[in-house]
Amino acid sequence: MSFFAKRQTAAGSSTTAAAAAAAAAQKPWIEKYRPKTMDDISSQEQAVAVLKKTMESQNLPHLLFYGPPGTGKTSTILALARDIYGPEMIGSRVLELNASDERGIQVIREKVKNFARSTVTHNIGNQNCPPYKIIILDEADSMTSDAQSALRRTMETYSKLTRFCLICNYVTRIIEPLASRCAKFRFRPLEEKHSKERLELICQQESVKISPEAILSLIRVSEGDLRKAIMHLQSVSRLVGKDAEIDSAMIADIAGTVPESVIDGLEACWRTKDYKKISSEVQNVVADGYSAARVLSQLHTRLLKNDSLDSMQKAKIAEIFGDMDKALSDGADEQLQLLNMMTRISAIAA
Amino acid sequence: MALWVDKHRPNNLDKLDYHTDLSAHLKKLCASGDFPHMLVFGPSGSGKKTRIVAILRELFGPGSEKIKIDQRIFETPSKRKLELNIVSSNYHLEVNPSDVGNYDRVVIQDLLKEVAQTQQVDASAQKRFKVVVIHEADLLTRDAQAGLRRTMEKYMGNLRIIMCCNTTSKIITPIQSRCLLVRVGAPTTQEICKVLHKVVKKEHCGPLPETLALKLAEDSGRNLRRALLMLETAKVQCHPFKDNQEIPRMDWEDFIRQVTTAILKAQTPEQLQSVRGQLYELINHCIDPTTILKTLAKDIIDRVDANDIKMRFAQEAAFYEHRLRTGQKAIFHLEAFVAKIMSVYKRHLMAMDM
Repeated sequence: MSFFAKRQTAAGSSTTAAAAAAAAAQKPWIEKYRPKTMDDISSQEQAVAVLKKTMESQNLPHLLFYGPPGTGKTSTILALARDIYGPEMIGSRVLELNASDERGIQVIREKVKNFARSTVTHNIGNQNCPPYKIIILDEADSMTSDAQSALRRTMETYSKLTRFCLICNYVTRIIEPLASRCAKFRFRPLEEKHSKERLELICQQESVKISPEAILSLIRVSEGDLRKAIMHLQSVSRLVGKDAEIDSAMIADIAGTVPESVIDGLEACWRTKDYKKISSEVQNVVADGYSAARVLSQLHTRLLKNDSLDSMQKAKIAEIFGDMDKALSDGADEQLQLLNMMTRISAIAA
Repeated sequence: MALWVDKHRPNNLDKLDYHTDLSAHLKKLCASGDFPHMLVFGPSGSGKKTRIVAILRELFGPGSEKIKIDQRIFETPSKRKLELNIVSSNYHLEVNPSDVGNYDRVVIQDLLKEVAQTQQVDASAQKRFKVVVIHEADLLTRDAQAGLRRTMEKYMGNLRIIMCCNTTSKIITPIQSRCLLVRVGAPTTQEICKVLHKVVKKEHCGPLPETLALKLAEDSGRNLRRALLMLETAKVQCHPFKDNQEIPRMDWEDFIRQVTTAILKAQTPEQLQSVRGQLYELINHCIDPTTILKTLAKDIIDRVDANDIKMRFAQEAAFYEHRLRTGQKAIFHLEAFVAKIMSVYKRHLMAMDM
């Protein structure tokens, strides 16, 4: 009997170990290579340096992180929390709420307030941890302004027990009274060298073969968004397998950029004033499934480099781009908008 | 008896007729066991859903085809009850959250969390995750999309999301950067012809003349679903197929053609009045106002000959379509469009006379 029992436990533990290994293998690289400690964070020197200083003094202000996606805002605060509290305490001391949680005014009044006013428990282990908790409000710009107003007094009243960290993309969507209660940190789009270091490290650890130009084009298409770059890298490496080398064409393919030939075709249309040609070109672009917003942004870069137009023409065209972007974000029909843009531009450029 | 569109829908990745590179990639992806979130986009009738179904089959085997439909009730914070139909199998869920309009955020939050927090218990299961397919993802509100962001990362272990939409313009960038973008372009006319021939052969209903196939493919506007539906109607109308067979058209398209004729015939307030009646009729028959405007504009542009005026009409169409989308009542904008067209056209005619 005992023999049987022993065997069973052995079998059980091996399956859980296998399952854990499988889960680790399935983990997306963006989670796997998220910086674990403050020292791991390779860029955003300024913000990181200031935060480290404040950590030493054990007196953290309320924080407001803002910046474009994929610049390490969430990673920084998570690493900070881990550094302060250590792995055992982090569960009880940190409350993380993001846009996927209900964050109406009710939740702020009850859940957040209750967590904020509960006193901290004794230190578990010998971690030298400060006597306050952290509430992370991720994606705070999607909170209603009512909910934000409800936070104002809560933040002040319980500031002894709780520090807030708000994270958002657009600082303008945070109401002024909240913003003025926080120390603001701006996260810049990552510099090329930092992105490059990180990507190379990942390639090395995951034994991905990639050409140096491909890394550069990866950085270029991701526009300073490291998460996007890592995501693309993982997708490409999945597609090509372990043995083949990744080149720039594959990166462009996966990133959904519109091929240069298509953009060339559209640009050539500017010169003609022929409606038929323009309309068939536009129809093909739409039917091939390229998104109008992408086409627009790539045409814009093209426009800047175009030498055959003078500044006045470029300015006028830029105005058209603006109109079109607004119309697209209002949900107007892509084909009609593209057609509109092309005809208006051809009136200027031809 | 199923429609040909459904009957001959390819059900695995090997049987897909075009975009073979894409199919090969997807196959590799499914085999690797490490499957990302996906955002599938392309124009309608290009085979997005067919590909999604094929992916699911590739991932989970035939079990993914045993689907059931159930109605779920969600409750908003303000205690409003929302009902939503969910198509599910043992391995995946399909939802169309835009059905509940502004409350789609609640559905996304509740449903995804529920799926995400339940782990696969069966150790022998092929995959440890469940797939949630979100249709019409471009109609999701910003709130709902924001709600997806962290969930997608946090619960990656138990959950994969496949989103299906027509355009990525309205998907917020944080979501795009978390997904593998899969573009499904519309099939070319030749590809459509090939599929049409194949279907006819499978149905054993005589040879399909090349010219007719080409005509069907061109009339469909590179939309395979429409091409197949037209083929089936054509078969009902006249079988065996003839070379110069009339292609069946929707009656509302004919109706819009009449409207165009009316607009081009006379440009007076009285005429506008009568056109208005016709437009109302179209709207009452539940034709989508955007479709009306687009078809009307295309028709008019085809039928005027001066290049300048074509360009001008295209611009006006875009302008009023945008207004239509942001505005409330469709008839105002349709009528404004017609009035504008009339005035531009009249001025053009007068200038020609002088």
